[in-house]
Formats: sequence, C-alpha cells, structure tokens
Amino acid sequence: MSALRIFWSRLVRMLRCRRSDQEMDAEFDSHLEMLAETKMRSGMTKEEARRAARREFGGIEQTKESYRDQRSLAFLETLLQDTRLAARSLIKRPGFAFLAILTLALGIGVNTALFTVIHGVLFRPLPFPHPEQLVSIWEREVGEGKGDNVVAGGQFADWQQQSTSFAQMSVVGGDTANLSGDGGALPEAIRTRACSYTLFSLLGVQPIYGRNFSEQDDRDGATAAAVLSFPLWKRRYGSNPAVVGKKILLDSKPYIVIGVLPSWFDYPDTRAQLWLPVNHEVAPEDMHSRGNHRFSVTARLKSGVSIAQASNELDTIQQRIHERFPDAIAGRHARVVSLSENLVHDVRTSLYVLMGAVGCVLLIACLNVANLFVARAATRRKELAIRAALGGSRLRLVREQLTETLLLTFVGGVLGAALAYGGIDWLIAFRENLPRASSIHVDRVALLFTAAITLFSGIFSGLIPALSATRRQFFEPLRENSRSLIGSQSRAHLRKFLLTAEVALTVVLLVGAGLLLKSFAELRSVRMGCATENVLSMNLTLPEVKYPEPIQKSQFFEDLLGRVRRVPGVRAAGFVTAVPGTGQDEDNTFDVEGRAPLPPGQFLDAVVCGADPNYFQAMDVPVLRGRIYRDSDRRERENAIVVSESMAKKFFPNEDPLGKRVVVHWRGDPRFEIVGIVGDVLSQLDRLPEPTMYFPLNFGRFGYGSLVLRSTRDVTALALPIQQELANIDRDLAVSDVLTMEQVIGKSTATARFDAGLVLLFALLALLLAAVGLYALLSYLVTQRTGEIGIRIALGAQGASVMRLVLADGLRPITIGLVLGLIGGGISGQLIRAELFAVRPLDLTIFACVTLIVLAVSFLASFVPVFRASKCDPMVALRNQ
Amino acid sequence: MADSKAEVLQGTLDLIVLKTLHAIGPLHGYGIAVRIQQVSEDLLKLNQGTLYPALLRLEQKGWISSKWGVSENNRKAKFYSLTKSGQKQLAAETESWERMSAMIGRLLAGTGGA
Repeated sequence: MSALRIFWSRLVRMLRCRRSDQEMDAEFDSHLEMLAETKMRSGMTKEEARRAARREFGGIEQTKESYRDQRSLAFLETLLQDTRLAARSLIKRPGFAFLAILTLALGIGVNTALFTVIHGVLFRPLPFPHPEQLVSIWEREVGEGKGDNVVAGGQFADWQQQSTSFAQMSVVGGDTANLSGDGGALPEAIRTRACSYTLFSLLGVQPIYGRNFSEQDDRDGATAAAVLSFPLWKRRYGSNPAVVGKKILLDSKPYIVIGVLPSWFDYPDTRAQLWLPVNHEVAPEDMHSRGNHRFSVTARLKSGVSIAQASNELDTIQQRIHERFPDAIAGRHARVVSLSENLVHDVRTSLYVLMGAVGCVLLIACLNVANLFVARAATRRKELAIRAALGGSRLRLVREQLTETLLLTFVGGVLGAALAYGGIDWLIAFRENLPRASSIHVDRVALLFTAAITLFSGIFSGLIPALSATRRQFFEPLRENSRSLIGSQSRAHLRKFLLTAEVALTVVLLVGAGLLLKSFAELRSVRMGCATENVLSMNLTLPEVKYPEPIQKSQFFEDLLGRVRRVPGVRAAGFVTAVPGTGQDEDNTFDVEGRAPLPPGQFLDAVVCGADPNYFQAMDVPVLRGRIYRDSDRRERENAIVVSESMAKKFFPNEDPLGKRVVVHWRGDPRFEIVGIVGDVLSQLDRLPEPTMYFPLNFGRFGYGSLVLRSTRDVTALALPIQQELANIDRDLAVSDVLTMEQVIGKSTATARFDAGLVLLFALLALLLAAVGLYALLSYLVTQRTGEIGIRIALGAQGASVMRLVLADGLRPITIGLVLGLIGGGISGQLIRAELFAVRPLDLTIFACVTLIVLAVSFLASFVPVFRASKCDPMVALRNQ
Repeated sequence: MADSKAEVLQGTLDLIVLKTLHAIGPLHGYGIAVRIQQVSEDLLKLNQGTLYPALLRLEQKGWISSKWGVSENNRKAKFYSLTKSGQKQLAAETESWERMSAMIGRLLAGTGGA
C-alpha cells in the first residue's frame, strides 16, 4: 500500500517536474537565508554568513540530486534516457541492428510458434466439462501383443457391469458408409463413428439442433438414428436446421437425422462426420464377442476416483476375464489413461524434439548477439573507461548496455510474434496427423511466453557483454599503450567461449538433423515388397443391404474388374482389402489341420486379407512357390489360399506349407488349402512384415477394400473414368481415399519428413550463425594482433606460419565446441531414439559427416581473415599502430 | 558496511523528525534542523541539506504533510506537520526503539557485570 502510494506520488511529481524543481529551489533558498540570518545575528558579515550557511547545508547540488532521486522515479527517467541513447546508437549502425534483430526475431518467432502448438496440443485442457475425469480404456497384452490394444465388445460389457469407478462408459468404433445422393447430389463415401448412446452426455456435449442419442436408439432393431457433425451439416445440407427429422440413405438404408453437433466438437478427430448408435450398427454377437477387438473405449470417472484406482479395478476385472475365458483372445490386462494423454501421446516426443531444436536456435541467436555486442564493446572500450573515470557507476553502464539489447530483443520479439502468427498456420497445415489442431491459437499464455523469452534473450545477450566490458581493469584501456601488442585478452577469451558454446549447440542440432534425416531416408527406401510407381488406389464399400449374399459380392468385383481392365490406359487392375503401407489390417486366429491342439490361451494368429487373383501380378508381388488361386478353383476345389513368406517361415518352419490345410476361426470354421507362397508386403512402413493369408474375393466374405490400378501413363488421369465405370454398375456407390502409392507412402512418412526437414533447417541456420561468429572472431583477432603479426613478418616469419598461428587461434574454440557438441549429440540421439527408424542413435557416419561439415565450414569462414593476416605488410602494420 | 550505517541513520533521522514535529508542531525545514542540533547537543553532525530527502520520504509515506506559510520573521517557508498516520508511526517507532534500547542496555550491563 505504502509502496504504491510512494510510486503514485513520485509519478505525479515527475510529471510536474519543472514546477516542483522551482519549489525545491525556493525551499532551499529560504532555508539558506534563514541560516545566514542567524549567523549574521551572531556578528558575521553578510558574505561570511552566506558561505557558512552553504557549508553547513552541505553540497547544494548533491542535495538537489538526491532530493530529485527521492522525488522522482529515477529509474524511469534513466530508463528513458538509456532508451533514447540505445535507439540512437542502434540507428547509427543499422546493419548491425538489422542483423541482431533478424536473428532474435527468428529465434523468438520459432519458439513462440512451437510453444503455442505444444501448449494447445499437449497442455490445454480438453474442451469438455471436467476434462480431468475423462479417460480412455485399453486392453493390454492381447495374444502375442505387448502393448495397448483395442477393446472387444464382450470386455466392454463386462467392464460396464462389474466396475464401480466410472460414471459413464462408451465404446467408439469407426466405419465408412456410402451416403447416397439425394436431390441430384453425388453419392459420397464418408467416415462414420458408432458409439454408445452415453458418449455425448459423458463428454458433456449438447447438439446445436435436435437431440442426443437415447437408450432407445442404441438397440439392435431400433429405428435407425444419426447425428451429423457440424462440417457435414454445413457442407452437405447447407446448414439447414430443417434436416433434423429428415431421412437420409446410408449404405442404401434409411436413417433419421436426430441432431447436429456443435462446430468445435472434433473428438476423436476431424474425420468423423456422422455418428451412429453402436448397438444398432454392430451385430449383437460382435458386441458380445471377447475375441473381436474393434472398439476404443471412452469413459468418465466418478468424481473423487483417481485414474490409478480405476486402472487397478479394471485390471483386476480384466485378469479375471482372461482366466475365465482362456479360449477367447482376451487381453491379460487393462489400462486406464487420461483422455488427453491418449489423444496426444503419439506426437509428444516429436513436438518435444522440435521444441529442443528451436530452443537451441534461440540460444545460438542470443550467443551470436552477445558476441556482436562484445565485439562492439571492444571498439567502445576507451569511451567506457572515460565515463567510468568521470564517475559513471558500473551499474549505470551495465544498465545502458542492457537497455540496448533489451530494445533490440523487444523489436525482435514483436517481429518474432508476428512471424509466429504466420508460422503456426504453416505448422498446422504441414505437420500432418496433428491431433487437437483446433485448440491451437495464440493466447495470453503464448504472449506471456513470448514476453518471457524476449526478456530472457535480452538479459542473456546483454549481460555477458555488459559485465565483461565493465569488469575489473576498468581503466585499463586508458593506460594501455597504443603500441600494445596483446590487445584485450579477456575479451577475446569471452568471445572464444561464446563461439565454443555456439558451435557445440550447432553440432547438437546437426547431429539431431542428421539422425532424423537418415531415419527418414531409411523409411523412404524401405522396400514395400510391391509396385509403388504409377499405382492408383481407391476405397469402396459394398452396402450389406444391397449385397447380402457372397455371390452378389464376388459378382460385383468380377464385373467391376472386367470393366476397369477395359478402360484405355489401364495396364493392370486388382482388388485388395488392405492397400500396402496404409497401416490397415485385420487379423484372425487359425489352426493348422493335423497338428496337436495348442494349450488353452495360446493361438496362431495372422493377418487376413482378401485379394483377387490378378492383384499379385498387378502389384508385382512375386510368387515364390506354388501358384495363385484361380477363379476356376472355386468350382473345382472349394478353398485355396496363398500365404506370405513370413507366414510360411513363422508357422511352417521345418515343413512345406504347400498343400497344408488351415482352419480359420470364422463362422463355420472354414477350411483352406495353401496353394502358394508370395513375397512379403509391408502393411506399415516402419514395421516388420506381418504373416499374412490371402483369400480369394469370391470366397464372399469381403465386401470392402480398394481397387488398385497400374498404368503406363499418368495414373491419376484414370481416377475419373474408373469412377464412371463404377457408377455404371451401381450409382449409389462412392469411392474414398483416391491415392497414388507415392501419396500413401508420403502420408505415412510425412511426419518424419516434416520433423527432419525442420530440424535440418534450424541446423543449417545455426551453422550459418556459427560461421558468421567465427568469421567475426577471427577478423577481430587479426585486427588485434596486426602489430604482433607485423613484427613476426618483419622478423622473417613465413606467410604459412602466420596463417597457422591465426588459424590455431580460431580453430581451438571450434574444436572444443565440436567435441562438446558431439557428446551432446550422442545424448540427444538417445533422447530421440523413439523417433528413429532403422538408425542407431550413435550412427558413426552421421557423426563423421557432421564433424567434416563443421570443419569445412570453419575453414571457409576463417579463410579470408587468415589470408589477410598472412598478406600483412609489416611496414603498414607497424606504422598504423 | 557504509550502507548499513546509512540505514541506521535514516531510521533514526525519521524518528527524530517525527518526534520534533510532535513536540513543537508545524515547523519548516530550517527549524527542524536547528531543533535537531539543539537536542543532540551537536553530537549528531549532519549537513542540513540531508534533511530534505528525508522530509520528502516521510511525506511520500504520508506521515507528514507540507504547506507553504510565513516564518516568524516574515519569510516564505514550507511548514511540515505530523499527520494522523505519522502519529501512529511515531508511537510504534518509539515503542520499538525503547524496547531495543532497553535490550541493548541490559546486554551491555550484563557484559559489564561478568
């Protein structure tokens, strides 16, 4: 309170500075006169009395000064003064100021941008009421799997019945559906989500129009109900509220639209466009199966229950299920994680790696600016010494320097914030698969962060030169003989130290960039096991209503493939349920006929995939042994399949799989004969090939998948004619994900490419800054030692030995920085190990490359100053001193 | 070292000024200086000018207020007087001072006796 009052009174007085100065003068005058009068009364002359009065009063000017200090906000006044001075001195050297501001703006900008993203994605609470109570639940250790697994309907039902920790629980499953054209609109394949009726109420979301699902909707055989996402409602139904209550056709079945979700709702991602009640969509036997894992589970904890408690309870329940039903492939454990953690888990490391990189960039930027200021302080040594001699306090001189860097960083910070504003949009657009992107925006916290790092940068890069410039031998420069040969050693030491730190950080960045880049290259060069050039794929799903019988499905595919192959430009075409590299796959358990039954709880499990016989040839998947099933097989001997090489190796290690029969645990336990072995194909780029069984489409089980086409020409030009052929067969069918194989691979490597590219960009930036720093340091050293070099040359030193001398001076900090950086790079390599694919954190090639690059750049940067030193004319050098 | 001495002096000066104004009533700077010299019997030698920053500080804290007036020999002068909160402050500081000096006194007496 009192402090505030003083501040106020001082502020007021400062604003009426002139008047109160007069008042002070008047008061002091009256004091002096009264004092003098007293003296005169005791017999002094007027003159004597005045002098005595002044003596007794003390130094009038000092008193006035300390009075003013007490009166005014002294710091504010000097601040204004310092700022004016700083601005003047910066404007005088626009190049220097421009360079420093640019460096800082870049450093602050990228840090702000990335912090905003991290804050939005990782730390901002989910947009639901009491987000801390929301959790995801996973089964763990299902079959041979080690980690989290999606949940089977049967487990969910058990959890719901037996657990007491949760207020509400919901399953969420995904699917694709054909939204039929109405009123002349084209049919369209959209992603749907099936959920329990509790989902929206547990999340605390109210539809903007209509209503939530009710228990009556969420039953087998209920009237079909659908809730629209905001984007679908806006795009497809022109934001018309009257669509609520209307009928739409999904996969040729009628649904009543009962509600529209709010625009901000993008859980679990932005792709979910339409919501359906799960018990209506999924067959009851699948909802009760303990082996059919297909759902993610979202739940709200009862208030007061911790995640750990809930996790313990569910784990106990799940262990019991696992023991009671050894025949079902139920997980051994269950785990509860917070919903926000679940959403962002995958991107956390990647974001932290980038944050580490931009942090390094900012540090390097600060070091560089500090270095520039140390260099400039060198030219101002004498000025500073004179000011110190005249009574300028060290504090004041330090403050002046700080004001200057703070002014620079302030401008840099404002520019950086602007940069960040644009940068964030760019980041969101180019960093694919970023969850929660809608929650990223510049807010108070982000601005506070910018302010904080701006202040930090200013103080960091200002304090080093300020303290060094005003250290110990303050008056040394005045004493320094103008013929001094040594120059200011301590300042050179400081600059070398700064350069060492800069180089070390640069090397860390280069190593990180190298590792990520190599990892990306490895990922790109992974052999998919199939053709990747001139391949186009597109998804489609046959509605169960229209194609209920296996024969209808296989008839459709036969018809489609026949028409597609006749389209001009198509070299080959096939149909497969899961396109390689997309990460989609489906697995199932099976037995090998004639083998002793496995002990309970153990299973043989492999990926199951439907493919038409021509798929293998169309995609260049080699037949290693035997043959592909033929269309005629169906008539001759019922079920022939082919298996992948890894399947043959894993399940038939010492025997010939050809001719073996397997029983797949589908309805009716169908029996299949293995007639061929084909090469492995990767379902995901960064995984080992999965053991796979390929089934003929005419087996009739598969009503979904992707058409794959190859062409000799630009394959994308085929997209339209193919869709026309499709419309000729069934005008309600729509395709989705029309992608070339390059795009499929590009999609799954996009994150790696983005991270590697960005870190590389930062590393190159850092390298450039370090090179500039080295160049400046060597130039400075050469100038400092001109006299010494002149004498050396005069005494007969050769150009080469002079070069060595100067070079050694500059390269020592580089070498130390390089070694420190390599150690740091080794450590950071360990930290980002999870992000690396097929690259060891201590990859020697990368470390060697980085060393070479840094040394090469250092030689380049030192070439000019070193050359200049060796060409130094001794006469000129000595005369100039 | 120099700092701590100044601090002690500052605290003491504040107390003396407040006490003087309390005892005599509104007074100008010169009057306060003279009074301090009289009371301290010239033991407290200070430049009279140093009084003014102190007066200003006390005024900023709201313990004294100032007003231009006319001195006993018809000179324009700024008169300082104790405010309500100044009186409270004086009481508080007097008490703490007495407690302190009593303690120091006991301490010194004890040391002397041993």
